[in-house]
Amino acid sequence: MPTPSPISRVNDFVIRFANVNGSGSASANEMFARAIIRMGVPVAPRNIFPSNIQGLPTWYEVRVTEAGHLGARGGIDMMVAMNPQTFDKDIAGIEPGGYVFYDSTKELPASKFRPDINVIGMPLTAICNREYTDPRQRQLFKNIIYIGALSALLDMDLKAVEQLIGEQYKSKPKLIEPNVKALHIGRDYAVLNLACPIGLRVRKADKVGDRIFIEGNNAAALGAVYGGATVCAWYPITPSSGLADAFTKHCEKLRVDPETKKAKYAIVQAEDELSSIGMVIGASWNGARAFTATSGPGISLMQEFIGLAYFAEIPAVIFDVQRAGPSTGMPTRTQQCDIISCAYASHGDTKHVLLFPENPAESFEFGAVAFDLADRLQTPVFVMLDLDIGMNHHLSRPLTWDDSKKFDRGKVMTAEELDAGRDFGRYLDVDGDGIPYRTYPGTHPTKGSFFTRGTSRDRYAKYTEEGAPYVDNMQRLVRKFDTAKDMVPRPLQANSAKATKYGVIYVGSTAPAMDEAIHMIEGRGHAIDRMRVRAFPFHSSVNSFVADHDFVFVVEQNRDAQLRSLIVNECGIDPVRLVPILHYDGTPITARFIAKAIGDHLDQLKVTPMKVNS
Amino acid sequence: MTYLAKPKFHHPNLPKNELGYTHRDYEGTVSTLCAGCGHDSITAAIIQACFELSIEPHRVAKISGIGCSSKTPTYFLGNSHGFNSVHGRMPSVVTGANLANRDLIYLGVSGDGDSASIGFGQFAHALRRGVNMTYIVENNGVYGLTKGQFSATADRGSKSKRGVVNTDNSIDLAAIALQLGASFVARSFSGDKQQLVPIIKAAIAHKGAAFIDIISPCVAFNNHAGSTKSFDFVREHNEAVNRLDVISSRMPIEVKYDPGTVEIVEQHDGSTIALRKLDADYQVHDRAAAQGFLQQHAARGQIVTGLLYVEKDADDLHSSLDTVDTPLNALNEKELCPGQAALDKFNASMR
Repeated sequence: MPTPSPISRVNDFVIRFANVNGSGSASANEMFARAIIRMGVPVAPRNIFPSNIQGLPTWYEVRVTEAGHLGARGGIDMMVAMNPQTFDKDIAGIEPGGYVFYDSTKELPASKFRPDINVIGMPLTAICNREYTDPRQRQLFKNIIYIGALSALLDMDLKAVEQLIGEQYKSKPKLIEPNVKALHIGRDYAVLNLACPIGLRVRKADKVGDRIFIEGNNAAALGAVYGGATVCAWYPITPSSGLADAFTKHCEKLRVDPETKKAKYAIVQAEDELSSIGMVIGASWNGARAFTATSGPGISLMQEFIGLAYFAEIPAVIFDVQRAGPSTGMPTRTQQCDIISCAYASHGDTKHVLLFPENPAESFEFGAVAFDLADRLQTPVFVMLDLDIGMNHHLSRPLTWDDSKKFDRGKVMTAEELDAGRDFGRYLDVDGDGIPYRTYPGTHPTKGSFFTRGTSRDRYAKYTEEGAPYVDNMQRLVRKFDTAKDMVPRPLQANSAKATKYGVIYVGSTAPAMDEAIHMIEGRGHAIDRMRVRAFPFHSSVNSFVADHDFVFVVEQNRDAQLRSLIVNECGIDPVRLVPILHYDGTPITARFIAKAIGDHLDQLKVTPMKVNS
Repeated sequence: MTYLAKPKFHHPNLPKNELGYTHRDYEGTVSTLCAGCGHDSITAAIIQACFELSIEPHRVAKISGIGCSSKTPTYFLGNSHGFNSVHGRMPSVVTGANLANRDLIYLGVSGDGDSASIGFGQFAHALRRGVNMTYIVENNGVYGLTKGQFSATADRGSKSKRGVVNTDNSIDLAAIALQLGASFVARSFSGDKQQLVPIIKAAIAHKGAAFIDIISPCVAFNNHAGSTKSFDFVREHNEAVNRLDVISSRMPIEVKYDPGTVEIVEQHDGSTIALRKLDADYQVHDRAAAQGFLQQHAARGQIVTGLLYVEKDADDLHSSLDTVDTPLNALNEKELCPGQAALDKFNASMR
């Protein structure tokens, strides 16, 4: 096999850093990604980390993409191989013609490499040992030194990195100078001793615009602030803890009374997930906006309470930052695997509202609107993030808010209305939309009180185990769920320029990979319409989208095609019309994967005309 | 006669409290518990306590778990919002409700199954957080609704109605409440209204986590010889350390006490507890001594009742969280939503 020529690409490659967890590499690597953004070139970074604090392998991948493809691409063009533990695997993962950058303090035999990759060695440990005496400094500055070397190898703007160091250590100015020095040590070594630049290069562009660089958890937490959440009860669990942490930080900044310095919020780290959802339900029952943030195992633990909130009709907002299950599963890997367990959470006949944000900007918007929906519908609302959205930085459109917007507190009867003689039945469907009125505790001395319970009751909240009132109530809950279909965010549809019999449905973090895959599928000569579903219950346009196509691919990140099952079940669709495309190894789905899976399928269906003899 | 609706009429000369409410205004629907159930006496004591304290009934939120005891909120304070939540989870619901509106009075009603078994964790954490509530456990030592299985408060060696001897050690919720930092801990007996009513009044007036363990015999499944939660056994082994008079801030102290026998405890709401000591050496502000006292008496088979501990200058979860005085559920968009201007700044910081 001929040796492939070195990959040569500008502003379009994937670089992966292989590190040891706890070695301080994360902030250096993130700085590398930010520096490229400062050069006007979009990046899509992803953290691939273990459930561990120190010692296990961790990777940070940066996709440099002037074209703005923000999904994971798959494949590695350059490996910064800093972890001996994973060295062999890391080398094996490099694309032919790609590059490896490694610490050559100890020479490695040629057998440790591949003939079809380009090897760049730099004696990082030796340099650090020479420059620094403190072992901790040797480790920390090693990271900055390799960033300096990469800046020369990739022809990057050193000023952007220097500026970022200045910003990062604004509060600790003593650290600026040694970091800048380390950066220069690396760059100078590379310029003098290595063939700079290599085939992969970063060139200044203007493709970032006004976009922000943010994690979904952070944006969702800010959404909760804007949505008026005052009570947050949570229990630590990866990958959702960052959401509660971010909510705390936002509140400390934005929710402190300027005069009294007192908090306009209450955050409780509960003893478990049962307690966190219990507190949310108690607070919402009492008229505050409350939420919890959790992940799959937490959802499992909350099942009983979620059923209570559904049946007793109490608002609750639950952010589920999904991770790979079942059980503890892969706690630091991403999946969309809680769709069914959230949609039908709890025993008995239950259905819940789910929102599927695609990125941080939508996590912010849905994070806020979830509180309006929960109050309006008096039911739990799940905001379905996943680890990929929640814990990775994404380039995202800036967050916006309409200052004229008022909270929709839903149907709450006031003391004045009760005094005016309005009939109050807690479970009375006065408007025909299945949504009854509620009163907050403490409203009126003699009118409007009721008993909230998980047992069956009549329209006036009186306990009963009679069949007819039970059925009446269960039917009303179905009506209410129908009402929700037109309230939740609508699906977004994008049709192919050419008429086609094929469609694709997807949700959440699959979106950026799907957007990119569409072009690749079209490149293979296929046309396909797409629909990004943004909420459950499904809007009627989901039914018509399926009806309008012979086949619809349902692309999702779990083993059992949960989204597909939900569509089949709720829209009454013949399963053969929905073709599952499933990615569930814990890594974010890639455009390459989608394009291949859908492309191969469509190739088989494509009718190639036989040659006609003339 | 539990299928009959409770008649609304009452004697025109029923005594009225400061707000003009009669005793009847604090009642709920007719109890559906067994005739003679200790829980019904507790219900009556709660009604009397709220009446005497002149509480506006609708300013109370009564929240319970699941079980016989958790049914009782239906039988008192009919004009209050009630919440019969899930088994063992009353404390978290109260915690959330309390965070949402610090201005209401929270009555958490639970049982020994609800709090000492399935809900032991929530019991512990609500108390250690100092949620401002009155946490009542109607403690009968058995699961009544499921027909008489031992609960975790049943004493080791006590006998079930079917003659089975309990081999597990029992949980003393009052002792544990002391250990967990509850700022008001009491134990009483459903059959001793004279002691119980003032304890409930003092607990309601207390700012912080007030816990009351009320021994409440189950007439159906735990009132036989060999039980340590029967009426007879509790009467015989009751070791009351004090008797309380709760005096509202608006009433002058008229009763004269013999010097040295009474301790006056000021409550946060301005009311006063006059503590008539039955055990001259008992120190009601000494948490560690109270724990020791309980253990020593339990070893002798005695049930210590009375106000066991009250913390001077107690505080609650809102004070720990330093929340605003306005109830959180009353804050509006203007107070909660920072608007586009703050968002512009945030966006700029994320580039």
